[in-house]
Amino acid sequence: MTNQRKRLVVIGHGMVGHRFVQAAIERGLTETHDVVVVGEETRPAYDRVALTSFFEVGADALSLLPEGVYDDPRVRLVTGVEVTALDPAAQTVTLADGEVLAYDTAVLATGAAPFVPPVPGHDLPGCFVYRTIDDLEAIRDAAATAKVGAVIGGGLLGLEAANALAQLGLETHVVEMAPRLMAVQIDDAGGSMLRRHIEKLGLTIHAGAMTKGVVEVDGRAGGLQLADRDEPVAADVVVFSAGIRPRDALACIAGLEVAERGGVLVDEQCRTSDPHVFAIGECAAPAGKMYGLVAPGYAMAEVVADALLEGPGTFTGADMSTKLKLMGVDVASFGDAFATTPDSLELVYSDAVAGVYKKLVISDCGTKLLGGILVGDASAYGILRPMAASGLALPDNPEELILPASSGTSVQVGLPDEAVVCSCNNVTKAEITDRVAREDDPCADSACVTACSKAGATCGSCKPLVKKIVEDHFASVGRTIDRSLCEHFSMTRAELFDLVAVHGYTRFDEIVSAHGRGRGCEICKPAIASILASLLNHHVLDDDAVNLQDTNDRYLANIQKNGSYSVVPRIPGGEITPEKLIVIGEVARDHGLYTKITGGQRIDLFGARMEDLPVIWKRLVDAGFESGHAYGKSLRTVKSCVGSTWCRFGVQDSTTMAIDLELRYRGLRSPHKLKGGVSGCARECAEARGKDFGIIATEKGWNLYVGGNGGAVPAHAQLLASDLDDETLVRYIDRFLMYYVRTADRLQRTSTWIDSLEGGLERVREIVVDDALGLGSELEAAMAKHVGGYFDEWKATLDNPEKLARFTSFVNAPDVPDAHITFDTSRDQIVPAESTGPVLLGASIGVGAPAGATP
Amino acid sequence: MSTVNTRDTTGASDAMGEMVQVCRVDQVPLEGGVAALVGGRAIALFRTWEGNIYATSNYDPWSRASVMSRGIVGTRGDVPFVASPMHKQAFDLRTGRCLDDESVRLTMYDVRVLDGRVWVGGEKSVPEGEST
Repeated sequence: MTNQRKRLVVIGHGMVGHRFVQAAIERGLTETHDVVVVGEETRPAYDRVALTSFFEVGADALSLLPEGVYDDPRVRLVTGVEVTALDPAAQTVTLADGEVLAYDTAVLATGAAPFVPPVPGHDLPGCFVYRTIDDLEAIRDAAATAKVGAVIGGGLLGLEAANALAQLGLETHVVEMAPRLMAVQIDDAGGSMLRRHIEKLGLTIHAGAMTKGVVEVDGRAGGLQLADRDEPVAADVVVFSAGIRPRDALACIAGLEVAERGGVLVDEQCRTSDPHVFAIGECAAPAGKMYGLVAPGYAMAEVVADALLEGPGTFTGADMSTKLKLMGVDVASFGDAFATTPDSLELVYSDAVAGVYKKLVISDCGTKLLGGILVGDASAYGILRPMAASGLALPDNPEELILPASSGTSVQVGLPDEAVVCSCNNVTKAEITDRVAREDDPCADSACVTACSKAGATCGSCKPLVKKIVEDHFASVGRTIDRSLCEHFSMTRAELFDLVAVHGYTRFDEIVSAHGRGRGCEICKPAIASILASLLNHHVLDDDAVNLQDTNDRYLANIQKNGSYSVVPRIPGGEITPEKLIVIGEVARDHGLYTKITGGQRIDLFGARMEDLPVIWKRLVDAGFESGHAYGKSLRTVKSCVGSTWCRFGVQDSTTMAIDLELRYRGLRSPHKLKGGVSGCARECAEARGKDFGIIATEKGWNLYVGGNGGAVPAHAQLLASDLDDETLVRYIDRFLMYYVRTADRLQRTSTWIDSLEGGLERVREIVVDDALGLGSELEAAMAKHVGGYFDEWKATLDNPEKLARFTSFVNAPDVPDAHITFDTSRDQIVPAESTGPVLLGASIGVGAPAGATP
Repeated sequence: MSTVNTRDTTGASDAMGEMVQVCRVDQVPLEGGVAALVGGRAIALFRTWEGNIYATSNYDPWSRASVMSRGIVGTRGDVPFVASPMHKQAFDLRTGRCLDDESVRLTMYDVRVLDGRVWVGGEKSVPEGEST
């Protein structure tokens, strides 16, 4: 390497600045450049789009860089320091702390600032803007002693801010100068539909209202004086959200050209009037136009990374389509939403009772979709936006696209290959088709396509369309999607579950002779064993079940590479007394077992011979332990933090909740392993969002998240319901788990199961929270049966001589351990010795058998 | 239950040609397996739904662990098979041939059932061509 490394200085560490640094690392720019990124906020970049959820999830969950540093030593992140000057002639950047950084290339990513109209009183205490976490913290503090809040601005951000005030328990007013809400995105009819939804939530809307000033009461904000009324609107918290302005001051002073309406003027490569300075995101104005969305900012970040690598990327404008859920209301706007195209036609469906408004804008010849607006139900967005963007011919009955019977995907549409299906990740239909059609390692289903191509991986709105494209492709090549469990059962696990439940089968033989063929295999036998265990709550080692079990369930332990097993006693919630810890230590010591702490807050004892499992478990059971089901496709652990009992930040008793939940669901056999977590505050130390069901304490109760997991394809759990009391929380988890147990595929974890449901998480919410199918009480009863029927299967095994008899090394030599299992020592503990082939007993009897191994 | 495995075992006995009585047939679980110690070797005995008894080495050539008797027994098409409990590779119980990779085999042992007792003999050579 030469000393010719260049320096890249990024000014601003918001979402776009962060994205640029990520791109620089991923695309290898850091091989040639040292990167310094300077952010004025004390926190590293966070998800500003989801800012409103800060009150719910806390700052850590929003962070885009939770570790606080980049995983590349050539990137230096400076936070909490403002950049005070940019000198293009000297190619230097000056920081508020006096440091001067020379650069080869500078990238401005200073973002935008809220516009505060200069009305009298705008700077009184009690007046806020809504842009940063610090702003939200200040609003929260003020709301603690306030009763009424008012937001000036009824656009997208204003409504987000109003939502936040309402969440903080304030009576909330929204003052909008335009005659309707979200005037930039939706038309009058859509605006009034949205207004009705929001008013139903208890907010007061003042549309067409001009704010003349903030009324001062005792030196603080006390209300708003509006132009059209004499009495001011009382409000002790005032939030300005009347638009944003590009932060271009640094560029202005540096002599860079700025656009007429603000923003640093840049070319198609996002280069400013100085060739060594780029600008991206909301501070930039490509062709004089500023873009107030994150997606175009990300696109600009990629373009600049590309330009620095001498690539051809250009930014020539962005799709300003938006889809969001605002206070529970779907709102979407795409393409030519206001029918500005000459002679365009509008097709409108409106249902005031249901609160749904949908408008399509169609070309004058009636053949092309140009744009549209959706309020109250944006399920068709996933198909309409790409249709409009690709200029695709409309179906013969375009009204079906927005009539309520249509899910938006039932209409036959032939999207062209180049149509961008996923606008978040820029994936075309051709790429999706290629994922399933390619020779080399094709995807088998739409979930795999999403994982491989990222189509649908960000906002998820295009997932139904991705699924449809995948299914259409399979249909076109004459391939029916084989949903058979295995060659013995031509049905899914969920269908099989229903059959077994309806017929009341208790044995594999009945099931395979009535609904299958052959004698089963390593796929269907454990699957049916799991179904029977879920339904019957019987002992998995009962005569009819034992030979269906995988080896782990069959010996109630986890098989290891050398054929020995590991033992995991249950430690509910990870809480354990010193006495019990000592017992585990003594058992491990006496049986020569290797011990390791698991990720689920318990202790794993390795190296037990199968025939020694009963003596080991006898001691554990006598000391009050029970099976931890570490071997089963069943509940493993519910991890917890110490919660409000010890922790100075805790707001609920997470440990007690975790123990209660672990004891409630212990032994529940399920399609895949299940894990839970309970955190006592939003700091989330129990990593609950990495669990199948995760619970995070709030001031008011518990937030329930579902569908998380670690492993090879990690998934973050998603919020299912908020601020639940204990009873409701347990009821929802009961329903969620039982519905999963009944309807998931074999070895399908909750995350992929949720994705596979038509409607995804929304569907889960309908069933679990809204009880739309009326299944709630049935699911709860099934769980109650499980809870009531629970017994410790290790204790029951020790009490049953027939079951115990299966724990022998050799049927004809039960006192002889298998000489093939041998151990070495590493760091004072045993480890499996490398196997070199079958072992003849005479040669090595007894060698390496751990102490205490003789039965 | 006193079914005799009628498969041809010509030339299959080991040098000593002697068989040992190992256990009762009902000690081999139906559609399951059990380990036995024969001549110092760990053997896996299996009993299929039809009542046939098979003896293989307990050694799993894939995982190199002595575990085959703990595998799940079933059918693939008409082939009775056992799946390794470690990584689920399937082996034809009649020939020892791995159904997932023809080049891998389980060692087979001579086995007979007489008067409800299982007898195991020496290593059985399976002709290369045999696959049905």
